[in-house]
Amino acid sequence: MNSTAVRSVGTPSTRLFGLLAIVCMTWVVVGGLFFTPADLNQGESVRIMYVHVPTAWVAYLAFIVTGVASAMFMFGKRHSLGFDRVAGASAEVGLMFMAITLISGSLWGRLTWGTFWEWDPRLTTTAFLFVTYLGYMAVRGLGGSPQQRARRSAVVAMLAVLEIPLVHFSVVMWRSLHQRASVLSTDGDIKMDGLMLTTLFVGVIGFTCTFAWLVSHRQRVMAMRDILLATQLDSALNERIAEGSQS
Amino acid sequence: MSTSPNIARVARVVAAKDLRIEMRSHIVVQQVLPFAGLVMVMFAFALDNDDVLQRVAGGLVWLATLFSLFIVVQRSYAIETSDGALDALRVAGVDSQGIFLGKSAALFVQLITLEMLLFVLAVVLYQVQLSLAGLVLLVTCVLCATAGLAFVGTLYGGLTAGARGRETLLPLLLLPVVAPVVLSATRATESAFLSGGTVLADGWSWVGVLAVFAALFGIGGLLSFGALIEE
Amino acid sequence: MDALSTSIIDLRDVVAVYNGYPALAGASLSVEKGEIVLLQGPNGAGKSTLLRLCAGLLPVERGTAFVLGCNVQNERERIRSRVGLLGHNNGLYADLSIADNISFWASMVGALQSEIDAAMSRMGIDGSLASRSVGNLSAGQKRRCALACLIVRRAELWLLDEPHAGLDAKGRDEIDAILREASQLGATIVVASHEVERAQHLATRNVAVVAGRVQERS
Repeated sequence: MNSTAVRSVGTPSTRLFGLLAIVCMTWVVVGGLFFTPADLNQGESVRIMYVHVPTAWVAYLAFIVTGVASAMFMFGKRHSLGFDRVAGASAEVGLMFMAITLISGSLWGRLTWGTFWEWDPRLTTTAFLFVTYLGYMAVRGLGGSPQQRARRSAVVAMLAVLEIPLVHFSVVMWRSLHQRASVLSTDGDIKMDGLMLTTLFVGVIGFTCTFAWLVSHRQRVMAMRDILLATQLDSALNERIAEGSQS
Repeated sequence: MSTSPNIARVARVVAAKDLRIEMRSHIVVQQVLPFAGLVMVMFAFALDNDDVLQRVAGGLVWLATLFSLFIVVQRSYAIETSDGALDALRVAGVDSQGIFLGKSAALFVQLITLEMLLFVLAVVLYQVQLSLAGLVLLVTCVLCATAGLAFVGTLYGGLTAGARGRETLLPLLLLPVVAPVVLSATRATESAFLSGGTVLADGWSWVGVLAVFAALFGIGGLLSFGALIEE
Repeated sequence: MDALSTSIIDLRDVVAVYNGYPALAGASLSVEKGEIVLLQGPNGAGKSTLLRLCAGLLPVERGTAFVLGCNVQNERERIRSRVGLLGHNNGLYADLSIADNISFWASMVGALQSEIDAAMSRMGIDGSLASRSVGNLSAGQKRRCALACLIVRRAELWLLDEPHAGLDAKGRDEIDAILREASQLGATIVVASHEVERAQHLATRNVAVVAGRVQERS
């Protein structure tokens, strides 16, 4: 009865996302590194765009998914913990993509303008998003029952949805004061030809599929962890009952 | 059966209680004000340039306020958790929105007191100048910014109060959220001080941002405080 | 469902958890209106957790819990204003005086000045003691203050965790008298206490809490 064979952990949806991700990412790597032309102004360093732009898109997508899933948990009739798991998984995976965005953006800036950091609104807001989500993950780790953890994190996520646009808006206002710097965004002066645009687009799809694949697996691991905790509770209960019948 | 009071009454009583406790214990006056004043002095040591200090005086005042905010919020909740008073309020079914408003109001008063001192210090230590029109802008800026800080501090303070290992979470959660306040309040204050070549009109747009922030988090806090202090 | 609506407390196989540890491991308890129930048991048995759960402070991990006809899992707000809890802590503000603490509580629960004066007088904390700061009081005096706060609540269900602790003999007699009066006025009372002999002539029913479960005693 005991099967020691390793069973696959994939499902039809993760296989679909995984396959799409592999296909698209292959295109992006090959196309981005070899077939697309270098930029007139930036030279070869423009190729970072194929990583930086899609990961920035995915970082914000993750943020929106967490916000929406949190709202669906809070305002849904059954307060289903599945939404909370999606919110948590999306935030975790999103953190990784935010880090990639920040690092790739920083390197790109170094190559293009000679500085690792610019107070560009998009980069600054992404940095704030990153720190906010570090805080969100810390709140998720505070302990308590799954329901309480879910409710607390959902509130924090929805407050973050209020906060991030405010941060972005005030940073945009702030940078508009410093007209002399103008918009030193690294992709401000790139002329995109057809192949570059297509590769970028495929990159967005590829990274999004990777995101979906990761979130799907992560939330399943979280579900399994909750089942494990329930099992551990069962044995803790039995122990406690046993200690009661001994006295 | 006794009747439960409405939100406004709860808020008033909670705010009065917090302020009465401060008046008896003098924690803000005897500990936090000196701390904030010292922070202002430390800035002078670190920056060591009178022109620079005069230009960035606005920002330094708000930074000192920010650091003090953490301490004042933690004190605000320490009195609630040291003997289980907040739990007792929850068991009694006291309206959490009233508690939120009351604690925010008390925090507001304490912060305003702090900021008044800090601005006086800025005039003394950093030699800033202030016109009448600038004063109006400054007062409005301070009122709106402090309201926002009070709401956000009360909200996240409630989340991080009590349990071991939670208090250290407060700065991490609070800093990203108050960033727009620090940014906007500093720009408006600089306009009021006419430092860095800014004009008064710019300052008023920043005050607008502060007002929006305060309104959003006032309402957001009212709606979410109850869920955050729940066990 | 009929049994649920008439019992003041109806717990069935309730499991309550602190960080993975099952403080209550399948507790079942039924308390009718007007009863005075004594909870006995060793430290760590789960008496305090049981009381806190009935007060609506803790979530129910497993099992069903109905207090005053409301489901503890999702109707906690409706329970709260009708329940009075005296827990391990006193719920007082150390920097305020007794009088300030009690008048704060009275404002929160809408009690009258006459009720406040009566409660303070019964607990022996009126007069010059009332203006002393709570932080400077002895444990027993703080407990009396907490009890006075509980009395002005006029709750339907009283939950008391070691109410006699820290009090002298006179104070303990006074507590018992107050509880009996409250019971006669229709309140239901659950007391957790180590003081078996004293509590036995107070309670209408004894119940043992052992390792997170409830066992009836006669």
